[in-house]
Amino acid sequence: MKIEKLKTDILIIGGGTAGCYAALTISENSDAKVLICEKAHIKRSGCLAAGVNALNAYIVEGRVPQDYVDYAKKDADGIVREDLLLTMSERLNAVTERLEQLGLVILKDENGKYVARGNRNLKINGENIKPILAGAVEKLPNVTILNRVNITDYDVENNRIKGAFGIGIENDTFYSIEANAVIVATGGAAGLYKPNNPGFSRHKMWYPPFNTGAGYAMGINAGAEMTTFEMRFIALRCKDTIAPTGTLAQGVGAKQINSLGEVYETKYGITTSERVYGTVNENQEGRGPCYLRTEGITPEQDESLIKAYLNMAPSQTLKWIESGRMPSEQNVEIEGTEPYIVGGHTASGYWVDTKRATTVKGLYAAGDVAGGSPQKYVTGALAEGEIAAYAVIDFIKDNEIQSIDENKINEKISEVEKFLSKGDTRFTTEQLEEAMQTVMDSYAGGIKTNYRFNEKQLNIADKKIVDLQKLSESLHAEDFQELMYIYELRERLTVCRSVIAHLKARHETRWHSFAENLDYPEKDNENFLKYVNSRLENGEIKIIIRDLVERGAAYEHSN
Amino acid sequence: MSIAIDKSKCIGCGKCHNVCPGTLIKIGEDKKAFIKYPKDCWGCTSCVKECPVYAIRFYLGADIGGMGSLVHTEKNGDILKWIIEKQSGEISEIDINQKESNKY
Repeated sequence: MKIEKLKTDILIIGGGTAGCYAALTISENSDAKVLICEKAHIKRSGCLAAGVNALNAYIVEGRVPQDYVDYAKKDADGIVREDLLLTMSERLNAVTERLEQLGLVILKDENGKYVARGNRNLKINGENIKPILAGAVEKLPNVTILNRVNITDYDVENNRIKGAFGIGIENDTFYSIEANAVIVATGGAAGLYKPNNPGFSRHKMWYPPFNTGAGYAMGINAGAEMTTFEMRFIALRCKDTIAPTGTLAQGVGAKQINSLGEVYETKYGITTSERVYGTVNENQEGRGPCYLRTEGITPEQDESLIKAYLNMAPSQTLKWIESGRMPSEQNVEIEGTEPYIVGGHTASGYWVDTKRATTVKGLYAAGDVAGGSPQKYVTGALAEGEIAAYAVIDFIKDNEIQSIDENKINEKISEVEKFLSKGDTRFTTEQLEEAMQTVMDSYAGGIKTNYRFNEKQLNIADKKIVDLQKLSESLHAEDFQELMYIYELRERLTVCRSVIAHLKARHETRWHSFAENLDYPEKDNENFLKYVNSRLENGEIKIIIRDLVERGAAYEHSN
Repeated sequence: MSIAIDKSKCIGCGKCHNVCPGTLIKIGEDKKAFIKYPKDCWGCTSCVKECPVYAIRFYLGADIGGMGSLVHTEKNGDILKWIIEKQSGEISEIDINQKESNKY
């Protein structure tokens, strides 16, 4: 094993949507040295790998940023940070124009204005959105990119971040990186729960299976305050291919129908969680399967759908072609996915201030790891990358880089060496991952229980996850990629414990399916129009209930 | 969902290995690419688009209803051509102009 010690002004962990945009912003506004550590390769890493079909967060003509805040607040039934949503919404249009300058194709009318899809969306050709963004970052003079370097831990002392540790998964290298400020942009967490198709196609999921909750886990372990992990995200998707449904609903106006042909969406409501819940309920009551009604659309619409899906989820187009029947000839069956933790859609993540500073000094969060601000999508993640970038430029002016203690480095190296040396291990990482997913599926509200749970089940889940954490200590890796898999599993186990603790703490059911507590089936506005936050203290997850930050107010850290 | 790599076409350039967001593709001792972790493929098709000799095709797993068709893309200027070959030998082609936005 080689050991490399690096030093930089700003470390960006994760070269996805938010991380790339943060690098662009820093480079354009300062001479600071930036290092991006990316576990894969920035060209196609993160959520944008296959492309996206639309920009879902944009302030269209006649609307104002506050409208977007109101929409997201309604969808989350009140549990959002309005200060974060507003600061994000104010930047959505500027980052969109920047993307267009970089080369993204956005549909315009004859007057050169963007063509909106509904109230908040723009139509684009987003197949190559990530190569466009990554290409711009690769050209930046002050930015160094380390591809295939997976960051596993922060170094934090007295609540001040000093840098991070990581592994080079193809060069057998241990990295110790000192940084004055760190932006965490690792994305959310997939793979906590048993997926829809746990066999050969286990990774054919909604969220990138390579986003394993590293940023959440590192923050939890470093004692950062986290928020709203109980607001899980469950996507309503095309069955099997787990392809998006919004394009069908918004593009051709397809309604959700049950097997009797009845439109059921109006019965349950149209928020994101209600759409999932309605589908679960129709199935449970014997009216499944459920579909998006596409039968009867025109051949032109067929052709547009076939092309739109190739630009973001080609497996769905393949499914139509293999079946020999176009969407106009067969309705599209839909199902809910397994739950994910993802701050770009729901509100789970770091508890941040309006500058996206976490509660750890020098650590900033952007994109899916940052909490409080749901419905970010691509442009919201870019906006948060930009906000965090401006904040770190200011931060490094007033603060000095701290050196990492040699003992800490040696401790971490011994941990890595232990996993690489052959020990007395009974299980593989894959076996423990399956065990974790089975526990979460059975006892923490997975697909198996129609996303429902009670406190007794959650207690069982927590105990079993702790057991798996212990078993994971004696895992063995043959090479550095397998070593990454051990760290990814351990990250997920850490996130699982926080999810369980948060689900237990919200004594109500505010969002069906997302957090459906059978011990408390009703909404409780009196006690739970609040944030459920948490912090790890001496190995225990301490729950902190905080008052809402509402319209006109802004939360700032008091320490 | 996973990919199949045609070793007789592969020139060992390593572009697929480089771009895979899961680092699942490796170059073997025979200097040819192979997918080391086929069950871990997300199906993003990044490698398919990257391959200069069209040696990589993706398919749907039987567990999600796949019927054995293979898909790859060929790029010509702004046109990204998607080629779908069914097991029966029937071929469908769909051209996408990358300068044109989606209709939906």
